[in-house]
Amino acid sequence: MTTTQEISLQTEPFVLNMGPLHPSTHGVYRMRVTLDGEVVLDIEPMFGYLHRGIEKLMEERTYTGSIPLTDRLDYASAMGNNLAYCVAVEKLAKIRVPERGEYIRVITAEMIRIANHCLAVGSMLNDAGALGTPFFYLWNEREKLYDLFEMLCGQRVLHNYIRIGGVSQDLPDEFLPALEKFVPQLHKFINEFEFFLKQNEILIARAQGVGVLSKDVALNCGISGPLARASGIKRDLRRDDPYSVYDRFEFDIPTGENGDCYDRYRVRMEEMKQSLHIIDQAIKKVPGGPFRAKVPQIIRPPAGEAYGHIEGPKGELGFYLVSDNSIAPYRCHIRSTSFINLTALRQMVKGWKVADLIVIFGSIDITMGEVDR
Amino acid sequence: MTTALSAKEIVSKLSAKFPEAVKEAGADSVLVKSASLPAVAEYLKTADGLKFDYINYITAVDYYDYFEVVYMMTSTEYNRSVTLKTRCETRNRPSVPSLAGIYQGADWQEREVYDLMGVTFKGHPNMKRVFLWEGFDGHPLRKDWNK
Repeated sequence: MTTTQEISLQTEPFVLNMGPLHPSTHGVYRMRVTLDGEVVLDIEPMFGYLHRGIEKLMEERTYTGSIPLTDRLDYASAMGNNLAYCVAVEKLAKIRVPERGEYIRVITAEMIRIANHCLAVGSMLNDAGALGTPFFYLWNEREKLYDLFEMLCGQRVLHNYIRIGGVSQDLPDEFLPALEKFVPQLHKFINEFEFFLKQNEILIARAQGVGVLSKDVALNCGISGPLARASGIKRDLRRDDPYSVYDRFEFDIPTGENGDCYDRYRVRMEEMKQSLHIIDQAIKKVPGGPFRAKVPQIIRPPAGEAYGHIEGPKGELGFYLVSDNSIAPYRCHIRSTSFINLTALRQMVKGWKVADLIVIFGSIDITMGEVDR
Repeated sequence: MTTALSAKEIVSKLSAKFPEAVKEAGADSVLVKSASLPAVAEYLKTADGLKFDYINYITAVDYYDYFEVVYMMTSTEYNRSVTLKTRCETRNRPSVPSLAGIYQGADWQEREVYDLMGVTFKGHPNMKRVFLWEGFDGHPLRKDWNK
């Protein structure tokens, strides 16, 4: 008979380098993950692979000339970036936008919110293991929205549509009828899509209770948008600090209770419905008149500073501008939603397995173009 | 609507507790001595009736003679916002105290300011570059960079 020998194995944490991922996934993101077996002990995110120095470039362009640069921040929701920048410049130069321009802005901003959430939910489900199918169903709808954008401004992805004082061109005659037809169809699709996923085992097993972000941590980290609302922070700049004409619309602010990946998915689906509701109201009320205020191509805002922000699809997107009364901003700081929303990732993934790390990361919804700028 | 507290209101709220802290009141922002910044921020975040619990952004502007670091905080409870500023007058290793211990959201934003503007934050747990690589020459958002 052999005596039982105590074998003590010497183990040590394993460091794994994840990424840089291919740009077509979530962007060129890299993190150094410290693992104990399959369990994540710590992560260290690394940025900068897509840093193009946009804030510096803006200092050498006219105020109007910087709008195409904002497209390239969060390229999944270019229209929102255009809007945030123009709202900030208008605040700085005290420009009023005509009613028609404001309504067009609301419609396009809500359209891009839906397109962004289609991508966010689709890629999160993809990361959760529901490979392909739900993603491409959503991609299909996003494609239809992009067709509408093409009809509107000739651009599908990088719209460069919103201008200081309004929008670049009026709605084409066929746009509103096409949108009016599309809204109920998308509504029907969202309901169907939710029905399929409500009882879906993959989604529930992979998302419910995973990557919980508490309300306090979210607030302390400066997190905004659907990510914060899923953790129970009922804050939406469209309601709390209305810009454009958002105070004229009725809509709910969906919030989650648990702050897990499943709540983030739920909040995004509900927000898409609310966006459709806003578009529905806006189509009926679009007034006539000019779509853009008479603003010259080159403006010289009075010396001073302004911070303008909007509720972008991912959260609070803001521009802090300093003017020295010249034709270009003296300084432009971009309050990047994706960058700040990633702050809490480390706390969210500690103790979860590698496979969960991917889902949690996917549920935050970031674009590296906006993180790195 | 988020009401931005006017400089007058902020000063009146701060002057009782921090008589030395406020240097100058701007139009809608307050210039605070950098040494008293953490205490002021802690007070704004925790005091009853203020509760500025959410940090919107941190950034810095290069005015040649000095760097101005700008902070904006919002109270989600009262829906009010406040803008604080602080200055450092030297171009050679300018430094202000870090707020990362008070607002976790300040952590990466301060690293960003350090990376691109070269203002260091004293007391920051991990003060290194965030976008550019170690060994990068200078801080590109400075007005005299590459000139």
